[in-house]
Amino acid sequence: MTDTLADHADSQLIKGQTLIEMVDVGKSYGAIRALRGISMKVNAGEVTCVLGDNGAGKSTLIKIMSGLHPHNDGRLLVDGKEASFSSPREALDHGIATVYQDLAVVPLMEVWRNFFLGSELRVGNYPLARLKVKEMRAIADEELRKMGIVVKDINQPIGTLSGGQRQCVAIARAVYFGARVLILDEPTAALGVKQSGVVLKYVAAARDAGLGVVFITHNPHHAYLVGDHFVILKLGSTALDGTRDEVTLDQLTAQMAGGDELAELSHELKR
Amino acid sequence: MSQSVQAAPATVPSEPSNRVKLGMSNRILARPEVGALVAAIIIFIFFMAAAPAFRSAESFFTVLYQASTIGIVAVAVGLLMIGGEFDLSAGVIVTTAGLVNSMFCWYLGVNLWIGAILSLAFCLAIGFLNGYLVMRTGIPSFLITLGTFFVLQGANLGVTKLVTNQVSSTDISQIDGFDSLANVFAFTIKVGGVTVWGTVIYWLIFVALAAWILTRTRTGNWIYAVGGAPDSARAVGVPLFKTKIGLFMSVSFLGWFVGMHILYRFNTLQAGNGVGNEFLYIIAAVVGGTLLTGGFGNAWGVAIGAFIFGMTSLGIVYAGWDPNWFKAFLGVMLLLAVLVNLYVKRLSTTTRKAD
Repeated sequence: MTDTLADHADSQLIKGQTLIEMVDVGKSYGAIRALRGISMKVNAGEVTCVLGDNGAGKSTLIKIMSGLHPHNDGRLLVDGKEASFSSPREALDHGIATVYQDLAVVPLMEVWRNFFLGSELRVGNYPLARLKVKEMRAIADEELRKMGIVVKDINQPIGTLSGGQRQCVAIARAVYFGARVLILDEPTAALGVKQSGVVLKYVAAARDAGLGVVFITHNPHHAYLVGDHFVILKLGSTALDGTRDEVTLDQLTAQMAGGDELAELSHELKR
Repeated sequence: MSQSVQAAPATVPSEPSNRVKLGMSNRILARPEVGALVAAIIIFIFFMAAAPAFRSAESFFTVLYQASTIGIVAVAVGLLMIGGEFDLSAGVIVTTAGLVNSMFCWYLGVNLWIGAILSLAFCLAIGFLNGYLVMRTGIPSFLITLGTFFVLQGANLGVTKLVTNQVSSTDISQIDGFDSLANVFAFTIKVGGVTVWGTVIYWLIFVALAAWILTRTRTGNWIYAVGGAPDSARAVGVPLFKTKIGLFMSVSFLGWFVGMHILYRFNTLQAGNGVGNEFLYIIAAVVGGTLLTGGFGNAWGVAIGAFIFGMTSLGIVYAGWDPNWFKAFLGVMLLLAVLVNLYVKRLSTTTRKAD
């Protein structure tokens, strides 16, 4: 599996090189400030974990990086150049691929069509050019097999796969199409223990292949298993920012469980 | 870490091994057009038995002609529905297309080809407007196109009254270009003594083209994707805006095409025509297995749906029954189709989810 990931990963990636840098980024929806003063870096070959409670601004943060909504404050640097994406296509063209928790695939479409959706192989570049159906089926099947996902029938609707498998197909797809930065939006949230393990192994494999990974989760245990750098968001701003050496699992867990608020609460509820 | 990574393939493949592989019968049943095909065969046999006049080749091609006038627009409506949208203005735009051509050329006395091209541009603009409003405002296409439906219906009557002082367009058969346009849009050929309308041939071409686009081109992939899960589609880089507006414009293009046929076949048009046909298109699509919520269906199914429409509308006449019952029959067909589709879909997906 590591071989495949490494095969497709951009060989120009140098470990530790900064791929995305956010400087003081903010985002408001009308009168509501969803995010303010966020500064973080995504480095090649590292997993940056973004943690936070519901409504902390995690989704807004990835929407900015993945091109669903442009930011309106601060600067977003991709490979050192300032950028502002107006569509996911633009972000993809910069090698930034996002795997969403719930909107990763089109359930009624076949596995191979989902694998190639948005990047279909065609015989020419004219309207109505024929799709290379056979090649796409074969490639999708082979790639998934190499990454340890075996589907009985590459022609079955992807909605019939389990949640973990769907996540893995989406990750495999992003890597196959040359993602340099992989943004994973709560990939383990809806999964069982074993399925989560499978997904986390892919996260680690992507990191080892030199990709920059942004791992969004609200499970500190999952984050600590693979993370190099941890950012905790609270009410739209950074509550904690540290590398693996500076942060312990207990600190992460405490912060995620509510931190100071929890201490206050336990004081109030003292019996 | 890399140790555990390399160990992964050994454990993962065993996971889906308890998945049930679909049998051939289930895979066939899962195709959207199967329910419609079965229904079409039953109805065909039924009218063969009940209506002696139905049994000639001549009446078979009349049925095909009847089906083609609905089927051509229904193909585009089917694509649009797979793409997750409705177009209620598809019925009246047919009449609008003919009226624009006819009255523009009659009023100014110019060649009919100029009017036909102007009418095409006009229809495409309406399709674009429908799509643009739906995508920009986020208002359901059902409401937006209901609006354009009423606007066009009123304008058809109002403008025709203003220009010609009556509710039908004037005789244009003496204007330059009529014969050549009639040769393109309203020609017939004789096959072994049987009259075959050109629209039947056009219909088959459009259906084959749509089937090709849906399954064999990138555009088709995008149509299924924007109908099945628009947000996922957008997130992987499918241009939602372009795909959906293109679908609305193809509906108005085929509406224009049928409008041209009707104009050059009958020469004059009743300004109130076409109202209600939008539902026939939708029925053809749904009977053909298209999912109302989008993301599922195919072009051959829609064609079979239109063929069922043609058979029943004429079969009732051939059988000598009161044709007033036709709409009631159509309603029953629609309900049955929806039930069959629901049943087939449940059957074909639950077996797969056996894990």
